[in-house]
Amino acid sequence: MVEELLIRNGVVYDPINGVNGEKKDICIRDGKVVEEVRNPKVIDAEGRVVMPGGVDIHAHIAGGKVNAGRLFRPEDGRKGREAKTKVCRAQSGYSVPNTFATGYRYAKMGYTFVMEAAMPPLAARHTHEEMVDIPILDNAAMPLIDNNWMTMDYVKSGDTDLLAAYIAWMVKATKGYGVKVVNPGGTEAWAWAKNCDLNDAVPYFDVTPAEIVKSLAVANEKFEMPHSIHVHGNMLGHPGNYKVTTSTYDLVKGITPYRDRPTMHATHTQFHSYGGTTWRDFESKAGAIADYVNKNEHVSIDLGSVILGDTTTMTADGPMEYSLYQITGRKWTNHDVELETGSGITPFLYSGKVSVHTIQWAIGQELALLIKDPWKLALTTDHPNAGPFIGYPIIISMLMSKRRRDESAADMHKVIYDRAELPSIDREYDLYEIAIITRGMTAKTLGLHEHGKGHLGVGADADVAIYDMSPEEHDAGKIQKAFLNTKYTIKGGEVVVKDGEVVAAPAGRTFFVTPECDSKLMEEMLVDLKAKFEHYYSVSFNNYPVQDAYVPNPYEIKAPWRS
Amino acid sequence: MIKMGAKVNLISGRTIVQGQNLDNKLSEEYFNEVATCELNKADMERLGVAADGHVKVKTSFGEVVVKAKEKGGTPEGVVFIPMGPWANALVSGNTHGAGMPQYKGIDAEIEPTEEEVLRIKDLMKTYME
Amino acid sequence: MVEITDVVCSLCGCVCDDIVVEVEDNKVTKVKGACAVGKSKLMGHGRIESPAIRENGELRDCSYDEAIKEAAEILAAARRPLLYGWSSTVCEADKVGIELAEEIGAVIDNTASVCHGPSVLAIQDVGLPSCTLGEVKNRADLVIYWGANPAAAHANHMKRYSYISKGYWTEEGKKNKKLIVVDVRKTATAKMADVFLQIEQGKDYLVFSALRALLYGYEDVVPEVVGGIPKKDLLETVKMMKEAKFGIIFFGMGVTHTRGRHNNIVNAIQTTRAAHTHTKFNIMPMRGHYNVAGINQVCTWETGYPFAVDLSRGYAWYNPGEQSATDLLIRRECDAALFIASDPGAHFPGESIRHLAKIPVIQIDPFPNPTTEFANVVIPTAISGIEAEGNVYRMDNIPIRLRKLVDTEYMADEEILERILEEVRAIKEKEGE
Repeated sequence: MVEELLIRNGVVYDPINGVNGEKKDICIRDGKVVEEVRNPKVIDAEGRVVMPGGVDIHAHIAGGKVNAGRLFRPEDGRKGREAKTKVCRAQSGYSVPNTFATGYRYAKMGYTFVMEAAMPPLAARHTHEEMVDIPILDNAAMPLIDNNWMTMDYVKSGDTDLLAAYIAWMVKATKGYGVKVVNPGGTEAWAWAKNCDLNDAVPYFDVTPAEIVKSLAVANEKFEMPHSIHVHGNMLGHPGNYKVTTSTYDLVKGITPYRDRPTMHATHTQFHSYGGTTWRDFESKAGAIADYVNKNEHVSIDLGSVILGDTTTMTADGPMEYSLYQITGRKWTNHDVELETGSGITPFLYSGKVSVHTIQWAIGQELALLIKDPWKLALTTDHPNAGPFIGYPIIISMLMSKRRRDESAADMHKVIYDRAELPSIDREYDLYEIAIITRGMTAKTLGLHEHGKGHLGVGADADVAIYDMSPEEHDAGKIQKAFLNTKYTIKGGEVVVKDGEVVAAPAGRTFFVTPECDSKLMEEMLVDLKAKFEHYYSVSFNNYPVQDAYVPNPYEIKAPWRS
Repeated sequence: MIKMGAKVNLISGRTIVQGQNLDNKLSEEYFNEVATCELNKADMERLGVAADGHVKVKTSFGEVVVKAKEKGGTPEGVVFIPMGPWANALVSGNTHGAGMPQYKGIDAEIEPTEEEVLRIKDLMKTYME
Repeated sequence: MVEITDVVCSLCGCVCDDIVVEVEDNKVTKVKGACAVGKSKLMGHGRIESPAIRENGELRDCSYDEAIKEAAEILAAARRPLLYGWSSTVCEADKVGIELAEEIGAVIDNTASVCHGPSVLAIQDVGLPSCTLGEVKNRADLVIYWGANPAAAHANHMKRYSYISKGYWTEEGKKNKKLIVVDVRKTATAKMADVFLQIEQGKDYLVFSALRALLYGYEDVVPEVVGGIPKKDLLETVKMMKEAKFGIIFFGMGVTHTRGRHNNIVNAIQTTRAAHTHTKFNIMPMRGHYNVAGINQVCTWETGYPFAVDLSRGYAWYNPGEQSATDLLIRRECDAALFIASDPGAHFPGESIRHLAKIPVIQIDPFPNPTTEFANVVIPTAISGIEAEGNVYRMDNIPIRLRKLVDTEYMADEEILERILEEVRAIKEKEGE
């Protein structure tokens, strides 16, 4: 049966196709955008804002540490309770919602794709098991490949071809999407309760984090990888870290990307834009970071913008979570993963009455407002680290309304007027720019625009968000409300949300990349890798790769070797 | 006439043979391993019970007959019954608000007996009365 | 004869995945590399031969269809059903179980509630600094087993992962490691220890407190003997903890089953955090069943909570101590129960079994056991890890896929549950809900 849908007379924002607020019909057949339809069901979008389905470039929604967060925070689970319905499973949680709630809530905000930001390779099966249980959303996950002993061995020997072969094997074995870097070297050091700055030697491995980042970027570009390396740098959350941040960006300058995209995506940049020397003289350096990004083309960023209130922080950056736990004295979970990575989890409350949190809050928005080209940045909260994804509409309303920012600042710690730039910035985002930082840029940076995501051109996936607001709307409260619950969300041609309610919950697909590597090179690498399994891993080589059963709805992207 | 037994601290836990017969609980092997009670030498002597002699263990929640076994390394005043139906006949369901029964550290009394050890099916029948 | 390598053992939380098995005529005939307990499991035991329904006190053999229908009718009619077990089956089955619990508004609980449930409560209080078992293998130079006897319960644990294993910084195995064992009895594990602290039963909380005080430098507040352990031994233990490069505490049911329960574990974790101020220190519960960690994981990502989840309100309600299996049974609150991959007849307090004997009970299991004695519907099943594949989580939460080794006529847990769910939905639809 041919399923046709016509979205009539909406005001469309489709930045990848340069469509900026044009009144336009969208024709859909069999889950794709088409030129025309004959006998469609019609959705009247007259006067409403229409965008491609949202694409989140970085959120922690599935896997071991997310679940450890849920497990140790029943108090968070109690916040988001909703009973099952004919369509929806039971829901729980706010900063760490259960898998079902994660799918429903993103869909209600008009999102249809989310990238799980950190997958420990050894526990990749876990991440996939959870992603299968997240309804509606298409998804992918990035395996951590930076603190791995294999990586550091090849960085030390300087053999980026073998490093590339290792990346190819790892991304394939984990059914992952690309190369994720989290506190390179520092997480390995954390296995001995230590940490590393950018140019420190990693204990016992005799390489520096800087060398790791550079080598991974070089190796990554040996393939036609859809995405650049995705980097959470060293010294996250430390006062004065902005210099480490720009030094990290400098590392990949001059490396040629395989296509028109940056060579590094630097994530949750808010946490990396800090001035001062201690928490006492802590200040925003968003200006310095924005300046760098404005002047260079090799780095893209996402915000990691703060949502005030309680949340659950979680990262593979074990030492950082330990520092945070020492500040708050709240509960702390840590899980180091042999030969590969680690993780830490601790609850955190961002308060507008606390000077440091106020400055953090300002930094995320300053980055968005000071970076001139919205194609260089993505809206994230590093969910749930700077706040839960459900707060995206708050950020959108802030970026679109100077008035709302001023009103909020007036309620916060007065330090915002001395050590942050936000109150002096007049810029306001328009809907086209919002569409860029929530779908256009993110789809493009991940290379997903070539696979039907993030735009509404003919052939694209029929993922559409229809927001119940006029393009002329200036009331921040109304903007926030519209972006929280769509009038319609359409996923793959099916209406999944109507009037803010989930009306269908089809399974999503998992996107993964298969890097293709010369078989001789692969064999050479496998000798080293198998020795690691033989002597050091606690799981056998043959039981390691993620079996096909874990990805029931696969979408494979091949990444050929660049000759 | 109720003869007062010796007061002991009852604990339970795993043993290799118990583990080997997890899927084989209706077997002779499981019975021989699990329907037993380990005591140290001094306690065996104090009770006047020989190896493989029967003892009755009582708590406020129930009583059960098991075979006595001498086991070095068990402290005086502590008796160990491998986890399973015989040990659990003596355990209270009170979780003290924690969801977990107290399987270890139960005040119990122990005395020699001529009574037979109940086989597993007969033990389960006592719950259906 | 076929030799199958990299077989994953489906017995305890060690989930050894390097077993070699020989299969002949669709039967496992030889097992290499497993411990005595795992080998016994893989070699197999007598089975429940047919689905059965109890009539006039006796089990009458029947078809799968009939047993499944009967089970569905019991569950659909129940007002306060309990679905319990889930630890000795695969996550794929657990997921269907949770969906079934949602559908009928059941309480779903798993064997953690009589095992490491208190550890979960403690983690919810203070968190858990931990790591994977390979971290211990490669780095640990101090291993502490507390209230755990791996020599009996996790027989390959020391060899594969801890005291005896060899890794990157531990290539000489136990030669450069220290082993401390804390237990009431001088167990086989205790006999291997460099330091054995024979603790008085029930005094774990006191001894953790003393170690914490010493680790934080408050020697003066610690009495000469704590829980039966002389202060000098405690001082020696603390010295070893501080001097270690990487220490790990593995704790077992000796701590969770005793007076104080979760409070003991909170203190154990706080002791680990105290040690972490000096050096790298981790702590890990010795999970019993091969997938008890897995049902906790699945239950958490699907409902928000790891065990004792009440779905009678339509959403998940979590208050263990009010609605763990034991609490429900003691209050004689539940009016029907489904047990899968567990044996409450053998492992629940006698007091709770008394209520089970009075209500309709459905058993889904490959093997006859004490629960079979009072079950009203008995549904035999394929053995996960031998006759069926699927995902499980090791005690350190590493997911590993069980392999299928032989063919079977028995239905797998997942399929049985799916069919019960289907029947339940059909009944409810008929009733016009």
